[in-house]
Amino acid sequence: MNGPALTLRQVRYTNKAFWRNPASAFFTFAFPLMFLVIFTALLGNGTVVIGGRAISQTTYYVAAMASFSVITACYTNIAISVTFQRDSGVLKRTRGTPLPGSAYLGARVLHAMLVALLLVVLTTAFGRAFYDAAVPSGGPLLRSVVMLVVGAASFCALGLAMSAAIPNAEASPALVNATVLPLLFLSGIFVPLGDDAPDWIIWVGRVFPVKHFADGMQAAFLGTTFHWSDVLVVAVWGLAGLLLATRFFSWEPRR
Amino acid sequence: MEVTTTGAATGDAVHVTGLTKSYGDVRAVAGIDFRIAHGEVFALLGPNGAGKTTTVEILEGYRKRDGGEVVVLGHDPGRGGRELKSRIGIVLQSTGIDPYLTVSETIAMYSGYYPHPRPVDEVVELVGLSAKRDTRVVKLSGGQQRRLDVAIALAGDPELLFLDEPTTGFDPSARRGAWEVVKNLAALGKTVLLTTHYMDEAQYLADRVAVIAAGRIVAEGAPGSLAGRDLATSRVRFRLPDGVTPPLDLPGARLLGGFTEFSTDDPVVVLHRLLGWAIDAGVTLEGLEVTRPSLEDVYLQLTGGTGGGEAAEPAPAGRGWRSR
Repeated sequence: MNGPALTLRQVRYTNKAFWRNPASAFFTFAFPLMFLVIFTALLGNGTVVIGGRAISQTTYYVAAMASFSVITACYTNIAISVTFQRDSGVLKRTRGTPLPGSAYLGARVLHAMLVALLLVVLTTAFGRAFYDAAVPSGGPLLRSVVMLVVGAASFCALGLAMSAAIPNAEASPALVNATVLPLLFLSGIFVPLGDDAPDWIIWVGRVFPVKHFADGMQAAFLGTTFHWSDVLVVAVWGLAGLLLATRFFSWEPRR
Repeated sequence: MEVTTTGAATGDAVHVTGLTKSYGDVRAVAGIDFRIAHGEVFALLGPNGAGKTTTVEILEGYRKRDGGEVVVLGHDPGRGGRELKSRIGIVLQSTGIDPYLTVSETIAMYSGYYPHPRPVDEVVELVGLSAKRDTRVVKLSGGQQRRLDVAIALAGDPELLFLDEPTTGFDPSARRGAWEVVKNLAALGKTVLLTTHYMDEAQYLADRVAVIAAGRIVAEGAPGSLAGRDLATSRVRFRLPDGVTPPLDLPGARLLGGFTEFSTDDPVVVLHRLLGWAIDAGVTLEGLEVTRPSLEDVYLQLTGGTGGGEAAEPAPAGRGWRSR
């Protein structure tokens, strides 16, 4: 079998194992919806001004939770689960077989991206059903799909790079959350960021990929302006993650 | 151009010459040589930290060597390569398996990585997991998981199998079971490189044993004749009733803790005389034993002290003798 065929075959096994861990699968899907319900209940009555337009925070949160679910499924899940697989020796065992490492990790990335896509669809459907959120179509939909794919792949690459920096599996949830939670707050995922956000927060958003990704996703849901530069910044971060992962990724426990 | 001896040229499955490997200041492997013929079961026997795993992981392609020549099935494992990996099977000392797949799914998944896999059902049967084939890995016992490790290593129908301490931590019956699996592999004509720190395991499974201590091979040979133990003098000991002395001129006999003890190179003749005397005199020889050094004795002598190279000297007879 060639590389792509081996990768697709591996995706099927990864998927099978994923659904057989019901607790993990359930929370992967329940988290974004749960947060959507909580945030809209707490803060959903107000409006936020983006690009001079007033936008209902309910709609805002549907888009934000779609972005959040992609970051969770790709960055957080990949970084933590790959570190656990490394420390339990699954990666080392795989390394001793003729399966190319790229096929194995590629399958994990592809699976995470599929889960992310499913999550976005689910969050959108949930938002449409309960919060009257607009479902994008046409050009905005296509552009947001580009953002989704580039973003999902980039956050997976960053997750792989992050796993290389994590010394052991026990430390992985803490370290991964330490890197992503502040950015989720500072990038308008959990708390809406409008035109009146403080300068330093806007700068954090400009440097790191989360705000760019969220903006790209928002454009389709909220009718805000789509900037290809957002896609570019996210892709550059993803590429950097890929390079770091290629250079520092470890197939064996760091003991 | 000089003709070099490679494993391929000599028909060996594994050929190691002058292998060295250090971790910082620690010389884990301090220059070892050995060869494994095709179809042979070869055991590296040594205490923890002797360099067994480092050696095996260099052969498997996980570690880079510092020096020496290593040829595995005609390849340099340091260059890795899918071609070599598709012909070997590896059972690492400790490795994880995805807990949520079943036994047969797991084996099928790994089979798919190889060009000529062995049918999954055959592999399941070979390791004795037929009754558990649809059980998820998470529900297997430790011994069953270890069998699955072997099954995964067999999935690609390898010519050469590496087993790194396959039974460490097993209860006696699980060990017996694992041994039968390895015997089955030998019967299939597989070449096996086994590491272990159990003497009985090496003795039962291996055609040849190399004892490794402090990064060096200190003895090598068939388990029955390792370090000349088949030729070693026999030790005879027995207890005589109070006040009785053997009238015979026994070679070098001495009294130790109430036991009369002597060594002889010719136990048959001496025992014949001794037993004849005992029957004639109506004397019982309580606790009569005739022993040669066991593999364990030889091993303890060779690896004892673990101070390094000096362990290579044959230990003086009379130290570490035990009955089998």
